[in-house]
Amino acid sequence: MTVLAVVEHDRGTITDASLGVLTAARNLAKQMGAKFEALTIGANADALSEVISKYGATTVHQAHNAMLTDFGPEAWGESIAQVVRKTSPQVVISSGTERGHEIIAQAAARLDLPAAMNCLEFDKDFNGTQPLKVVRARWGGSLMEETEIDAPIKLVTLANHIVEGAEEPTSSTIAVFEVDLDDSVKQTFVQDRVERVAGVTLATSPVVVSGGRGVGSAEAFAPLEELAGLLNGVVGCSRAVTNNGWRNHTDQVGQTGTRIAPDIYIACGISGAIQHWVGAMASKNILAINIDAQANIVTKAGYAVIGDLHVVVPAISAEIRKRHPK
Amino acid sequence: MNILVCVKRVPAPGARINITSDGQQVDTAFLGFTVSPHEECAVEQAVQLIEKHGGDVTVLTLGPTEAEEQLRTAVSTGATKAVLVPIDTTDWDPQRTAQAIAKVIGELEATNGKYDLVLFGNESADSCGYQVGVRAALKLGRPIVNGAKGLDIENGVAVIRRESDAGVEIYKLKMPACVGVKEGINLPRYPTMKGRLASKKVEITQSTASGEIGGLKLITLKRPPERASNTKILGNGPEAASAVVDLLEELGVFK
Repeated sequence: MTVLAVVEHDRGTITDASLGVLTAARNLAKQMGAKFEALTIGANADALSEVISKYGATTVHQAHNAMLTDFGPEAWGESIAQVVRKTSPQVVISSGTERGHEIIAQAAARLDLPAAMNCLEFDKDFNGTQPLKVVRARWGGSLMEETEIDAPIKLVTLANHIVEGAEEPTSSTIAVFEVDLDDSVKQTFVQDRVERVAGVTLATSPVVVSGGRGVGSAEAFAPLEELAGLLNGVVGCSRAVTNNGWRNHTDQVGQTGTRIAPDIYIACGISGAIQHWVGAMASKNILAINIDAQANIVTKAGYAVIGDLHVVVPAISAEIRKRHPK
Repeated sequence: MNILVCVKRVPAPGARINITSDGQQVDTAFLGFTVSPHEECAVEQAVQLIEKHGGDVTVLTLGPTEAEEQLRTAVSTGATKAVLVPIDTTDWDPQRTAQAIAKVIGELEATNGKYDLVLFGNESADSCGYQVGVRAALKLGRPIVNGAKGLDIENGVAVIRRESDAGVEIYKLKMPACVGVKEGINLPRYPTMKGRLASKKVEITQSTASGEIGGLKLITLKRPPERASNTKILGNGPEAASAVVDLLEELGVFK
């Protein structure tokens, strides 16, 4: 019996999510009394076998084909499918990211097998022979579902940030696998890239000052911009704001926007609907500024100020200027 | 050009999602319904494309008969044709759904010719399966790229922009092709008066759903553990500013 971890990487650079996947795969293999193996796709990821061996995979399958120089969802999915056909693992697991979901979906479609995305827990009694019960996230994590995967080979993705990467070194055997790819998968490769200018983004900023419907207009975000500037943070917003055209979608925090986990999240005039909350709930501290003491976000936040953001936010900025003159 | 957009009817939740007593569904007794957000943007993108290049936008949904409401909404914002594939529950598993959708698309294409583009939402807002589009595209024998935050037609090729940690990736697909669209690609328009009239008049074509049950079986829905929170009220109005800055200092924001 085998658990196969599919390692997500970008032109040879392993993603953080993959370390959690390797760890989760190793834990599951131990529980089943199975072998833990890993798969890298493309020769540019061969060097990752060294990292993977630190996480305890006894075999690393290196999928090779001259086409595999960059990411291509169909070619990656086909590569997984061919390795799975050859090695017949009981469980195949990859990361709960855009690429992870996509390549597992591609592999599942090609193998005509079910797939469960964003798994949070695996059945502790699973021994590899019975259907696998999992708990997975729905509604972006605001609801969970207990589901049974009834198939000889179980394909899953692991929800992000659920399992931390933990090393347990072993010496891995390398198994090069020549993938047979035809032209049908050729055109979905990345054709070009525009690199992002380095800097703090909404996803990585330790301070986020966010505004909701209560802000009232695009112009009324100026005091939030000012406060964010004083705190070296960035400005975010809720879906209502984007829908009103007040701010760009790139600023949106939520299920269909950006998931954030700053040290402090300052939510101004945001009611805290599910769609927004699931994007903000990983914040270490939340301060809600709202006129409604019963607003959902106020009841869920660690800290709150009850009042009109249009006067509270400038007052906070003024107090910061007084205490921390630049 | 001819574009088909697959949409899903989903509940529009507020602050809390409740579950029915049998644990099988979201309790929608007090909820409205909407088009799943990624798909709402897919409809808008399709409408913008035919405004530029001419053609038709067909919306298709597999769902309860009530999903006719979401088809009419799509028509009120610019879609021109609508297809309902009724099922007697709210949800089919992803394998079954994809099989049924691909089959209906094949039937529609046998009479109307091939769609240049078939658009899906990147994932549905409610079940978050991340796979129906991929499965349907493979059955149709067409390429698919998910996560589209940009979609244009340049020299007869579908050019897709997708965000990654490093920046923006560009994909180019020969049509016919499928694309999984993400919210943020555009800002969907509100229904127009003309659109509202069209949505009342549009003929809803009905197709029959068929597909084998897949290997994913829902046991029960569960609510995640509530985050224990005793909100500390720092004050009321602008007088709270001092307490807020105390807190920010305590959290080390100024270090």
